[in-house]
Amino acid sequence: MLYAVVAGFIFAIFFPAAVRINKQAGKIAAAVLPLGIFIYFASFYNTITEGNVIAQSYNWIPSLGINLSFYLDGLSLTFALIISLVGFAVFLYTASYMEGNKYITRFYIYITLFMASMLGLVLSDNIITMFVFWELTSISSYFLIGFNHDKERSRIYALQALLITGGGGLALLAGLIIIANISGGWSISSLADLNELITGHKHYPIAAILVLIGAFTKSAQFPFHFWLPNAMEAPTPVSAYLHSATMVKAGIYLMARMNPSLGGTDLWQHTILIVGAVTMLFTAMLSLKQTDLKKLLAYSTLGVLGTLTMLLGIGSDLAIKAFMIYLIAHSLYKGTLFLIAGIIDHETGTRDITKLGGLRKLMPITMVIAVLASLSKMGIIPLIGFVGKETVYASALEFEPFGTLLIILAIAANVFIVYITIAVGFKPFFGKLKPTPKEPHESPFKMWFGPMILALLGVVLGMFSSVVINSLINFTEIGVINKKLNIPVKLWHGFNLELALSVLTVLLGVLLYFKRDNIVNTLNKISFTKYVKPSYYYEFLLSSTLSFAKFQTKFLQNGNLSNYAAMIIVATIFLGGLALVSFGGAPNIDLTFAPTFAEVIIGIILILAAISAVRAKSRLTAIVSVGVVGYSVALIFIMYSAPDLAMTQFAIETLTVILFVLVIYRLPKYLPFSSMTRRIRDFILAGLGGLLMSLIVLFIIAEPMTSELKKYFGENSLTIGKGRNIVNVILVDFRALDTMGEIAVLAIAAIGVYALLKLKSNGSEK
Amino acid sequence: MEVILVIVIGVLYASGLYMILRRSFVKVIIGLIFLGHAANLLIFTVGRISKGIPAFISIEGTLAENAADPLPQALILTAIVIGFGVQAFAIVLFKRAYQTTGTDDLDELNTTDELIQ
Repeated sequence: MLYAVVAGFIFAIFFPAAVRINKQAGKIAAAVLPLGIFIYFASFYNTITEGNVIAQSYNWIPSLGINLSFYLDGLSLTFALIISLVGFAVFLYTASYMEGNKYITRFYIYITLFMASMLGLVLSDNIITMFVFWELTSISSYFLIGFNHDKERSRIYALQALLITGGGGLALLAGLIIIANISGGWSISSLADLNELITGHKHYPIAAILVLIGAFTKSAQFPFHFWLPNAMEAPTPVSAYLHSATMVKAGIYLMARMNPSLGGTDLWQHTILIVGAVTMLFTAMLSLKQTDLKKLLAYSTLGVLGTLTMLLGIGSDLAIKAFMIYLIAHSLYKGTLFLIAGIIDHETGTRDITKLGGLRKLMPITMVIAVLASLSKMGIIPLIGFVGKETVYASALEFEPFGTLLIILAIAANVFIVYITIAVGFKPFFGKLKPTPKEPHESPFKMWFGPMILALLGVVLGMFSSVVINSLINFTEIGVINKKLNIPVKLWHGFNLELALSVLTVLLGVLLYFKRDNIVNTLNKISFTKYVKPSYYYEFLLSSTLSFAKFQTKFLQNGNLSNYAAMIIVATIFLGGLALVSFGGAPNIDLTFAPTFAEVIIGIILILAAISAVRAKSRLTAIVSVGVVGYSVALIFIMYSAPDLAMTQFAIETLTVILFVLVIYRLPKYLPFSSMTRRIRDFILAGLGGLLMSLIVLFIIAEPMTSELKKYFGENSLTIGKGRNIVNVILVDFRALDTMGEIAVLAIAAIGVYALLKLKSNGSEK
Repeated sequence: MEVILVIVIGVLYASGLYMILRRSFVKVIIGLIFLGHAANLLIFTVGRISKGIPAFISIEGTLAENAADPLPQALILTAIVIGFGVQAFAIVLFKRAYQTTGTDDLDELNTTDELIQ
């Protein structure tokens, strides 16, 4: 399985080279890749439906418990099949749809990367590995939404999707780490047996909420739903693949996968149920105002994602069954409808449903495919969508005690979905032919072949559901609720309440379609405040983050040297002061030697010179004072047994003063620039800094210290280094390499000084 | 006697920090020099001081028990020399900057680093 996942990544790396050799061959290879992966996974069908699971593991970072472990059970097999099959249709379609786009190579790289990451995500058994793939899908989605990067809207909405799913990803990571800490392992499949341990832990609520935030952002659940319609800025193959069939189901997959380990609690079930139901109804209603084909489809996707989430929240055996059927059905018909929308856009030049009509004669094949997918979506017998909706209704009905409420919500949402389907799948093809920006033609084979396979599969799976997917779904449920179900998937359940409700839904949907204009007119009269829109808060948060960043940069990094210095000083005083205070107590000052008169005098001279340098009105006074300070320091070295230091200090100080005087001899007046308030501020800062340093020295010298190194140098200086002056021996022998470095630094400084002095000020003007 | 050194270190740090915060380039260089002195004295003091017994090995080949610790001295010696390199470079750099820009005021030399808008 590692190779199936890695194949996409390798392909993405070598694709540009392949295209350079032969453009057509490259594109065909791109479509063959998902087909091959599909066949590979389909070959596991029998193994899985016999009740086996396949686990493989490769070491990645074993010291951290992170391995490339893959786990294939019914749930991951279902997802892998959907990903590769829809991938095949989309890749084939892209070859024609993106024809002539100069960035087509780039597009294939991104979308192949996405496919590989998505496969990795559903197959991973290691928490961290799964998270890495999870983030990779977000990143490839970012690149794909922003594919038309010269459009500002693409960039804005790509960023929006990335920020929301990426932010959710961070929450997910935190949640997963908490879970791993509770369970003590990184393997997802082993978590299923630890349900009681995890849900009983005191950190369970926070972990569950964090994981759910990750899932909700990824699967565009309310209140994070708004990124998905905006992501329709992406090219249509991307919308079909990522934003309806696969990536947005990653969150759903995660909830299903985590259900055995985290589920069963009120917190988990109720949160999922309520969020799912709200998303389902709310987003389906929002579709009413849309006239763009892709936007309409996006809102119906949101409605379906909400329904899927709600089914997980219900959590009964029947609901899980409905969940799986509906998931498969939706991936098939929604992928198809998106591709159809792309064909219409491609052939007519518009996606506005009010401008489309009567295309049936010009595009008959496209029409047939669209109608098949639409019928499945509306839940008409004998398509897979029918089976899906029947089961959804049945599981909503049996939910206690709010079954009636749920079924009303579900029907309401489905009425809108029927409405969307009529608008997208029927309206462009029937009625009178309308003039469009481009002269429409039937689409080429490469474009309709993929959607046709998906649409026909919807028919086959519906009519032979008991044969084809029954056994797979039965084993999928082990992954979701940790037990195998034996509720057969059937097309026909007889004349019952669900069937009646289905008929009612379709009728109401048709009615809504014809009454749409009236309703929208009424809706337009009601004005909602912007505060009810979740996207308002997103934008508010984004803009305030940006302005805070700007404010902070202006405040901390305003290009003002003294400001930087002040920040460093304040931080040092704060941290050092904090450490001193927590250290506590007064230092035990040991007055070993009482200060002699000479020492006091030198100290006073030094302090006076320093003050004089600070207060000097003329530059020369300041420099002389600096010299006095330097010589005083040298005197201190002499007094306290450091003759070498004193000699060096005398020499260096003399040099510095000479250099200073030479260089700044001819300069303008020595002006005081700073204002009074600033001087007072700086005085306080500097005073506190000085005080802090004094205190630090006091604290340190109050502690007794014995120097082992002194003993070592005392014993070895003469014998090994052949010298009596230990300081010199250290410099030229024990630490000779340091001295070499020091000489190098001086040499570099000398070169710099020389260059600065000799360089002409500007090439043009001398 | 350490008390005097402690006070001297405090005053040197305070005046060094104060000068570092000034707008005039010359004053900032003076601040740099003062901070160098202060740091050297700090290392010197916390390495423990001794009076009148340098770290020399006597004719008998031994180091007096309460002689000065040679290691901090070696470190400071390096620091003094390196400090001089930095100071010399800063002084010449200042001269150059003044010749090119015609100002000694650091607040006016921040245009390349300023956030636009």
